[in-house]
Amino acid sequence: MWIYQKKHEFPVNITTPDLRMAKALLAQYGGPDSELSAGCRYLTQRFSMPDDRIRATLNDIGTEELSHWEMLGTMIYQSIRGASIEELESSGLIGYYTLHNHGVFPCDPNGVPFTTSYIACTGDPITDITEDLAAEQKARTTYEHLMNLTDCEQYLGPLRFLREREIVHYQRFGECLNILNEMYPGGSQNRIRRK
Amino acid sequence: MTEQELLNRISEIQFVCIELNLYIDTHPDDEAALSDYYHYGEMLNSLISEYERSYGPLIGFGHSVTRTGSWVCSAWPWEN
Repeated sequence: MWIYQKKHEFPVNITTPDLRMAKALLAQYGGPDSELSAGCRYLTQRFSMPDDRIRATLNDIGTEELSHWEMLGTMIYQSIRGASIEELESSGLIGYYTLHNHGVFPCDPNGVPFTTSYIACTGDPITDITEDLAAEQKARTTYEHLMNLTDCEQYLGPLRFLREREIVHYQRFGECLNILNEMYPGGSQNRIRRK
Repeated sequence: MTEQELLNRISEIQFVCIELNLYIDTHPDDEAALSDYYHYGEMLNSLISEYERSYGPLIGFGHSVTRTGSWVCSAWPWEN
């Protein structure tokens, strides 16, 4: 089970809201490499992992991702809260307003809704961990793009923290891949039925 | 410490624990890391208890037994 702690992992406090950033931040709230994709991906991959260390890593990184998802939701909420229809329209958020008003909905900046096809789980341990390594890199890249869009420290502080977490997670998943490569020296752990 | 200072201190020590926890996940036999984890874990627990005694519960489902404050009515993390 999960138990909620009523605080952020890292402080978020947007008092000078930027609707442009709200729209861009949706990438990490409901896009393909979002914190939601990451959390769901790791928490569902862990069931079929063959090693204690990798199960623990997926469980704990998956849990941390949910707290990052909460940080993103907070940044978006605090950025669009109180915005007028005119302000939303001039920031390209009129479609978002029509469907979601000032609610926080997991979609990407273009309004494409979150889909489970972002969550890869092949059940093949090496394939899944390799997917996770790529996912952490893609999320790091997206954070760098987001950081290029603003000079405001209220956005940059949390974004810097979240970007660094992608690097640490990548490191841990690299160790998981090494463990699997030792377990399956032949390179493939899948039984191929027909050769 | 003010409520915000104490919360920030909890976040700092909690971050140390998260980092150590993830490291220990792939290095479960690293004695130095385990010893650091126990040390910072105890520090975290005592800071959380101090916070909850003064300002109210941080964790739900029976994990924060305090008669101070209110789980329902205290601010949520997204409220600033």
